[in-house]
Amino acid sequence: MIEKKDSLAIGEYIKNFARKHSLFVLAYGTGCGAIEIPPTMTSRYDAERFGIRGAATPRQADVLLITGYLATKTLKRVIRVYEQMQDPKYVIGFGSCTINGGMYWDSYNTINSLDKYIPVDVFINGCMPRPEAVISGFVKLQEYIQEGKADGWRKYQNNIEEYRENQKRIIKNWRMPDYNL
Amino acid sequence: MNWSLILGITITIITAFTVGMFYGGISRKVTARIQNRVGPPIWQNFLDVLKLYSKESAIHHGWMQHLGPLWAITASTATLMFVPILNNGQFYQNLNFSGDLIFLMYMMVFGQLGMALGAGQTGNPNSAIGVSRGLSQMVGYKVPWLLALVAIMVQYKATSITGLIELQNQIGWLMFASPFAFIAGLLAFIGMMHYSPFDIVFAPSELASGPPSEFGGKYLGLMMTSGSIFTFAKLVLFVDVFLGGASNILELLLKTFVIYMIPVIYGIVSPRYRTEQSIRYFWGWPTFFGVIGMLYAWYMIS
Repeated sequence: MIEKKDSLAIGEYIKNFARKHSLFVLAYGTGCGAIEIPPTMTSRYDAERFGIRGAATPRQADVLLITGYLATKTLKRVIRVYEQMQDPKYVIGFGSCTINGGMYWDSYNTINSLDKYIPVDVFINGCMPRPEAVISGFVKLQEYIQEGKADGWRKYQNNIEEYRENQKRIIKNWRMPDYNL
Repeated sequence: MNWSLILGITITIITAFTVGMFYGGISRKVTARIQNRVGPPIWQNFLDVLKLYSKESAIHHGWMQHLGPLWAITASTATLMFVPILNNGQFYQNLNFSGDLIFLMYMMVFGQLGMALGAGQTGNPNSAIGVSRGLSQMVGYKVPWLLALVAIMVQYKATSITGLIELQNQIGWLMFASPFAFIAGLLAFIGMMHYSPFDIVFAPSELASGPPSEFGGKYLGLMMTSGSIFTFAKLVLFVDVFLGGASNILELLLKTFVIYMIPVIYGIVSPRYRTEQSIRYFWGWPTFFGVIGMLYAWYMIS
């Protein structure tokens, strides 16, 4: 990218470098996978050496970490949180449940594929993924950010109607603020 | 137009930003090493700020929300302008005048006030709780801080920081010449840095980071910039008043670093206070030493 000698490309390269090395993570920890987040963040696996640190609120966060299954009730909150985050924002689906439902695939009140409702940049499979797997997922996200491939937020903006249709199929009583781009 | 003044101000602001950011990074590294982690690199805060400034969207809650971070950074820079960075030389003298110590007592409050107004506009309940806690805590640590500074001003009949520095060239550092005021000032200073155990304002897991909880992206970047400049200004003020200032930049970095490490290392091993515990702490021993410092000053001049 930097070989192009294009000033905009160089600016984008520097921005992506900063975004890659500074990921503020908002862990949406209602699933069972949340138990793997404390060891990832604390002394043993120490995710802070990659510039990954926890964010307190959605407004400050860059990465939304969905740890495990999502009930149809919590999906609404996840969408609300995702839309409150500031662009560029990334989503990591954590565990098998976010990929295909995992052990809850025929449950009556969980969603199966998270990617239909909000755009997911990186999936980490496993039930549960160990902290090594979580860190390797973050490193993969960093690679995508540097290459400019982690553009789920742009995909969400462009295909908002399609995503809304899928979301409203699950959430019957839709009373949410509009997503202003 | 006084170009050397403008050049000096520019260099001062850049120095304050760089040093404050590096100190923040070092504090994160020290915290990590004490917790037996590797920790982020010491330039991590620069990457954080650069990332926050390159965010592409921004929220709108109202005018005061936009003005709050700007107010904070204006107040930090203004505080920095009135603190003489080095003892001698044209650069780094900036805008100080006789009586600037009294002015600075007022000026140092304005940043937090701006942030309080900006946070109030966002309507987040966590922000409101954080603001009320911050103002309560300010009532706590301002008492020993003012007692310490007033004791010094009364004892040496000087209200300008450059005057105090010149005085310390003759009689030695004020931390030895008026030790009680120094102890009160240091204990208040630990609270002013908002590190644990006095991080009740920004408590991340309890209040969701308090006042800046609705501020993301560029606003948060402005707040981090303002915070690093203000940290440097406070450190230099403390060094100027109690540790005799510094005649070159290396001496300044050494002295400010030693002072900066006191709240950091005290904070790592201390859990967070509750609001009333924090205020009770400041109105206890620090205020006691402040009163002793006033009596000492009165004894010395009479």
